[in-house]
Amino acid sequence: MASSNFRGLEATNRRETAILVVAFMALFGALGLGLDFAARDVAIVDGHLVGFPVLTIAALVFAGVQSIVSYYSGASLVLLSVHARPLTPDTAKHQMVLDVINEMATASRMPVPKPYLIDDPSPNAFATGRDPAHSVICVTQGLVDQMDREELQGVIGHEMSHVADYDIRTMMMIAVMVGGIAMLSDFVYRWMFFGGFGARGRSSNGRDNQAAVLITIAVIVLAAVAPIFSQLLAMAVSRQREYLADASSVEFTRNPRALLRALEHIAKVESPLKQGTAGTAHLFIVNPREGIREDSEGFFANLFSTHPPLGKRIARLQALLGAAGASTTSEAAR
Amino acid sequence: MAFLIIVVAIVAWVVFAYNRLVSLRNQVDNSWRQIDVQLKRRHDLIPNLIEAVKGYMQFERDTLTQVVEARAKAVSAPDQASRMAAETQITTGLGKMLAVMENYPQLKADENVLKLQEELTTTENQIAFARQAYNDVVLNLNTRIQTFPTNLIAGNFGFKAAEYFKGAPEEQAVPKVDLSMTPPRA
Repeated sequence: MASSNFRGLEATNRRETAILVVAFMALFGALGLGLDFAARDVAIVDGHLVGFPVLTIAALVFAGVQSIVSYYSGASLVLLSVHARPLTPDTAKHQMVLDVINEMATASRMPVPKPYLIDDPSPNAFATGRDPAHSVICVTQGLVDQMDREELQGVIGHEMSHVADYDIRTMMMIAVMVGGIAMLSDFVYRWMFFGGFGARGRSSNGRDNQAAVLITIAVIVLAAVAPIFSQLLAMAVSRQREYLADASSVEFTRNPRALLRALEHIAKVESPLKQGTAGTAHLFIVNPREGIREDSEGFFANLFSTHPPLGKRIARLQALLGAAGASTTSEAAR
Repeated sequence: MAFLIIVVAIVAWVVFAYNRLVSLRNQVDNSWRQIDVQLKRRHDLIPNLIEAVKGYMQFERDTLTQVVEARAKAVSAPDQASRMAAETQITTGLGKMLAVMENYPQLKADENVLKLQEELTTTENQIAFARQAYNDVVLNLNTRIQTFPTNLIAGNFGFKAAEYFKGAPEEQAVPKVDLSMTPPRA
């Protein structure tokens, strides 16, 4: 049952994380190589590499270091970027959230994640960390204030399922790497247009020079396209996970109403989360950014959103409730 | 040569299946301990709760006594079956007590009581979720033990099907949830 499902998802996530790291290294390596060709005395002459590809090696080292840092301190970086602080039992409601996190850890047979809090009135939550033993669940003050115990169980159950099937690792690596790629492509752009071209032109002959120009163009294109691709990847990966986590939340609580009521409540709240950035949007239970709290359908709306439309998620939960679904609407309208 | 490969494959499978059964049996034992931890926590909580509310709830002597007596029975139970019967009585008694407490507005003003009430609520939930998790792993173990071909190994090495934790009759009226909606992975 649950455990065997999660074992399958865990294997998928381990593989996806590995592919992600390899792709990340390859992308950086390609960018570095392009720069070497374009701006330094590195060239291919008669099928042999001439010159020492310093920038390629630097880019690979940078990517390697960033992968390791992402893996071991990704959670701290994410928490830092959303201005989260540890959640303490300083109020009755905070105590309740801590209790609910403990309850859902029991239900999912997982270690208890470290609890964190964002001081923001918009109701939202996310989980991150490299594995269940180093996991973190972060809630907003808005979620704490607006949810009752049942709704909290639904939301925390959703996050616990991300923990149990190692979604948190893949999503955390994506979060930090998307940030890294955005930073690098920005750097490449600046460097290209402010002095990068000046160093070129010392290549041995015209043919190689032409090749260097082509590669330079490739680098520019790559640098421009990379952030978009990484963003698309983050979105595509996370949407499928949200449906699965919704279903698993119900499996933990044995109560489809819990998450259904929480999502119906959140659907009515307009205020976006200030701390939600492009790099971390896919981590949250609902998209924290303004204007993309979409219910719109259609190819592009779907392609560029980190989350499935809330309406669709609510409809799936209502289907779970079946005939009993009609009774929840009155309560959710509080 | 082919014969050798087949023998090696069978031995490898036996080792794998055996280890898997051991792992599942350990999960069942561990899940049972989780229930036990929460039941003990509830035992420790009851005297404090009774102490805090008895001043307000003088007219509910019967309800309070029922809980205290059931707890005493559970703590001194000679065997597992009678202990679980007593634990079920505690659950029923505490449920009644929590419901009755709603009639005493003074209780809601008492911070100590509210704190204990939250602690009791979460402990009750923990017991329910621990029981649910226990039953899930029991299902996993029993399915392994009873299905072919693992049943051959289970039989030969003395693996026995574990027993489900059954709750009080009124608790079993929880609506059944259909989980078949899980979408296929893209």
